[in-house]
Amino acid sequence: MTFLFYFFAAILVFAGLRVITARNPVHAALFLVLAFFTASAIWLLLQAEFLAIALVLVYVGAVMVLFLFVVMMLDVNFEDLRLKFRSYVPLGIIVGALVFLEMALAITASAIGAGEGAPPPVAGSNTRALGRLIYVDYVYPFEIAAVVLLVAIVAAITLTHRKRKDSKYQDPGKQVKVRREDRVRLIRMPVEKKES
Amino acid sequence: MQSIFTAPTLAHYLVLGAIMFAISMAGIFLNRRNVILVLMAIELMLLAVNLNFIAFSRYLGDMQGQVFVFFILTVAAAESAIGLAILVLLFRNVGTIDVEDLDTLKG
Repeated sequence: MTFLFYFFAAILVFAGLRVITARNPVHAALFLVLAFFTASAIWLLLQAEFLAIALVLVYVGAVMVLFLFVVMMLDVNFEDLRLKFRSYVPLGIIVGALVFLEMALAITASAIGAGEGAPPPVAGSNTRALGRLIYVDYVYPFEIAAVVLLVAIVAAITLTHRKRKDSKYQDPGKQVKVRREDRVRLIRMPVEKKES
Repeated sequence: MQSIFTAPTLAHYLVLGAIMFAISMAGIFLNRRNVILVLMAIELMLLAVNLNFIAFSRYLGDMQGQVFVFFILTVAAAESAIGLAILVLLFRNVGTIDVEDLDTLKG
């Protein structure tokens, strides 16, 4: 078990490092896919089967494809964005090391979970237990999550939707507000005289 | 010393989560000019946080941690979709995604 953990952890750290140092953003996105995949393997080790599969489906299947689409769609010279990369390295390493040291101190100082084994797994399937929790105890947060997704869909579409200038469409507001004078013009013109 | 054939402890997972969080934190600083890579680093950060949640959920025997991860996944997906939409809009209007060029609000 621990061997598997170290194996996947090494891959995860390697993939994470490549994500932040890759020269080409497409490579960064692909290494992020690798990171998500490995993380899902680690979640399997933790017996969170449903979330591991959901991570692969939602992230690798949807979010990373979205990232790849955007990276390939934007016509940006990514080399220009890396011009000052080297000058940012010291600060990045310092901040990263500080964050890690603080967390390591918090973990070791309080001796959270030092040496204690995991409790026996819950009887029955993980998906069943999670589903029972979500649909019974957390049903209202679950509904709100659905609303959040709906709002995200609407927001993403309205943000990127481009109105085409040559398309013909009706504006019901204008149609309702129209008055007779705008459409019909009565003119008075003399009747032509008959030739005698 | 722990043998490599027994189950890993909670501290293993927590340290891995801390490493991943630190890597993505450093990534935000390294790629601070490229908005796409900053978004990717944020995704990595959320992954590290989720790892911590699941590890605690397993080792404390409480499934509610996994419910929380479920909601984090939902919100993170929504966040990245809107973030990328804003990014596309930004590129369409300004023609660049360099953070340093986005100084319109600077006095």
